[in-house]
Amino acid sequence: MTMTTLRPAIVAGLTDLIGTMADDEFVIGFSDSEWTGIAPLLEEDVAMSSLAQDELGHAAALYGLLADLTGSDADALAYDREPGAYRHARLLDHGRGDWAMTIARRYLYETADAVRLEALVDGSWAPLAELCRKLVREERYHLMHVGSWFGRLADTPGEPRDRLETALAVLAPDAGTVFTPLDGETGLIDAGILAASMSELETRWRSVIGPTFARHGLAIPPRTDRPARGRTDHGAPFDWLWGEFNTVRRSDPGAIW
Amino acid sequence: MSEAGTQVGIARARAGAMAGASSSGPTATTRATVLAALTEVMDPELPMVSIVDLGMVGSVTIGPSIDVELLPTYVGCPALDLIRSAVTQRLALFDRPVRVMPTFHPPWSSDRITPAGLAALATAGIAPPTDDAEARCPLCASADVVRDSLFGPTQCRSLYYCRSCRQPFEAIKPV
Repeated sequence: MTMTTLRPAIVAGLTDLIGTMADDEFVIGFSDSEWTGIAPLLEEDVAMSSLAQDELGHAAALYGLLADLTGSDADALAYDREPGAYRHARLLDHGRGDWAMTIARRYLYETADAVRLEALVDGSWAPLAELCRKLVREERYHLMHVGSWFGRLADTPGEPRDRLETALAVLAPDAGTVFTPLDGETGLIDAGILAASMSELETRWRSVIGPTFARHGLAIPPRTDRPARGRTDHGAPFDWLWGEFNTVRRSDPGAIW
Repeated sequence: MSEAGTQVGIARARAGAMAGASSSGPTATTRATVLAALTEVMDPELPMVSIVDLGMVGSVTIGPSIDVELLPTYVGCPALDLIRSAVTQRLALFDRPVRVMPTFHPPWSSDRITPAGLAALATAGIAPPTDDAEARCPLCASADVVRDSLFGPTQCRSLYYCRSCRQPFEAIKPV
């Protein structure tokens, strides 16, 4: 299936899907980069910076695909929108927080992203399937990194465990928002591009993280039904982040590096 | 690009050119001569290894233009544009337009690094891609090593520490 043969309804569905994936990676990448220079360990400074570079690279590739699909420009898609037009999951809207908050957010996001990617790697639209197969190889390291920290915090009584529980409680209402239903998802499933609905993917994700939460005696975030708000109403922490990541772009619009 | 890297590259390109060209005239445009020229393009982040030995060069097709597929090691590789222009520049000696096409199909994998590439990395003190259990210190060959961090100075490297010779070292991440 090439770009030129896609039906308009499929293009709309892909625009929705790729746009939300790109915004997710872009926002978590910039959030991760906030640890550069101030992470609790030198190795973690390097790790968070490297993770940020990976995620922003993934966002750039996804925005590039979106730009090809819609005849727009990847940088414009990434930077030239008002905060309200970004469609990342609300899970990523809680500000940097402490280290436990960062680990809790990354754990919930990376495990969800892995389930979403698995539903795309065998898809019928080659440009997206090929990119996702490449992303899976890199995300494996993200899962190893955050999985080991999640276990470390959960298994260390006192402040580490307490802070992790507090962070999970704050994130709980937004935990599943990566799987906010997309308008065009039925069309994408029928076209063989996406393997299952977002609702089904959320069920799969819960079966993936369930055993980990149970093993550590942690309460799994309840399933909430807030489809209308899963990727909107981002709030003050995102307004602040938006101002940060746009600083250079707005200081000299149209500059070429 | 380091001086050592440049010299290795030039030596290889000379060897390649001698193998590929039959006379002293202009270099014939064949897959072999193009590949030989590309062994002179070093990776900016690993300047001791060429993009050919790193496994970044996919298909090379000679037609009305020279079409070179480039496999980014990582999706967010910041050096891709630099490599792309270095390839175009290096192939400018041939008699036709050059098209460099980044692709994720097939995906780059650390398995694509050639034996010569692994040897060049080892000389620079960078261990080959292996599982933790198989990791060896590139300086003293000890197996008494511990992984310090999954993430290192570039996207493709992890950090290790050798408890035997008490030196930190880097290893290529298996992907």
